[in-house]
Amino acid sequence: MDIQAMHIPNGFIDGSVSAAFAAIAFAAITFCALRARRDLDERLVPMAGLVAAFIFAVQMLNFWVLPGVSGHLLGGALAALLVGPWVGALCVTVVLAVQALVIADGGVTALGLNVFNMAVLGTAVGYLVITALLRVRVPLFATAVIASVVSVLVAALGFVLEYALGGGGGVSVGAMFAAMSGSHLLIGLGEGLITAMTVTAVARTRPDLVYALRRRPVESSSDGHVAEGAPHVA
Amino acid sequence: MSRNRIFLLTGLLVALLLAGVVSSFASSSPDGLSAAARKGCTFDARGDITGGDCLARRETKNQTDDSPLAGYGIRGLGDGPLSTGLAGVIGVLLTFGVGYGVFRLVRRPTRSEPTNVG
Repeated sequence: MDIQAMHIPNGFIDGSVSAAFAAIAFAAITFCALRARRDLDERLVPMAGLVAAFIFAVQMLNFWVLPGVSGHLLGGALAALLVGPWVGALCVTVVLAVQALVIADGGVTALGLNVFNMAVLGTAVGYLVITALLRVRVPLFATAVIASVVSVLVAALGFVLEYALGGGGGVSVGAMFAAMSGSHLLIGLGEGLITAMTVTAVARTRPDLVYALRRRPVESSSDGHVAEGAPHVA
Repeated sequence: MSRNRIFLLTGLLVALLLAGVVSSFASSSPDGLSAAARKGCTFDARGDITGGDCLARRETKNQTDDSPLAGYGIRGLGDGPLSTGLAGVIGVLLTFGVGYGVFRLVRRPTRSEPTNVG
């Protein structure tokens, strides 16, 4: 049983573009860390560690999406649902850092690209969709599925952008867009089912541990500033 | 044992089972990104590039390729279920530990103890 390396490796994207995205990712994650301080209490510290460990585990579970093509959960929407966008983006970053530095999954010089796509874009977009859907009373299960699909698609588009700026090889940007969005629509659906089952299981036993339910967006003023401050500015 | 501790231990146990046992049943086909990167090239049965031009050709060595856990396996144990499962278990515990440390630091970045060293 050979588990595939699954994130962007070294060499796919030019060094200068990789460095630029590393700088953007570093700034965004630093901002998340500052905002996360407000959300992190004594209880959330081990829970956030658990969310990171759980995402690491589920990322090993590649599932079938098309003949000869698999996919795995990225985790941005799950993290945003359970621990919120700021701590959530840090959780996904911890997973990507351990994978690049210890497992050799994802290039070390490509870490900024991977963090930008999955931790920053994936979590921010997932959270924006979650708050929008919960506000109009979409059930939690459906919210988790839709947020996952959108989150994964946008993360995949982040890679297409990086490919357009600093990629190379056989195919045009349009063909890369088609290949990435097609497979990641299906990966997003798979991720959506895993995320929805996980979050509803937690919500049934410990609803107080689901950030998205704890912070019901009733007060529109506080909700507005969360969306405004989301780290999706590129 | 507090309810939080029970939840935490249950969650960790589920993660350890997924990474340690279920991981060996995962699909070994290239994922969405790898499949897109292989477009334009031809491959032999082992998955090595035999011709054409594709993004996958640009891949270069990773700085951490020599890690004892590289590629979700324990070096020296091959790539069977035991190797994958053990790497998964270590990875889960490591990720939990690193996450715990990072979130501890993020929580109290300014309240460091004054040290008289040096």
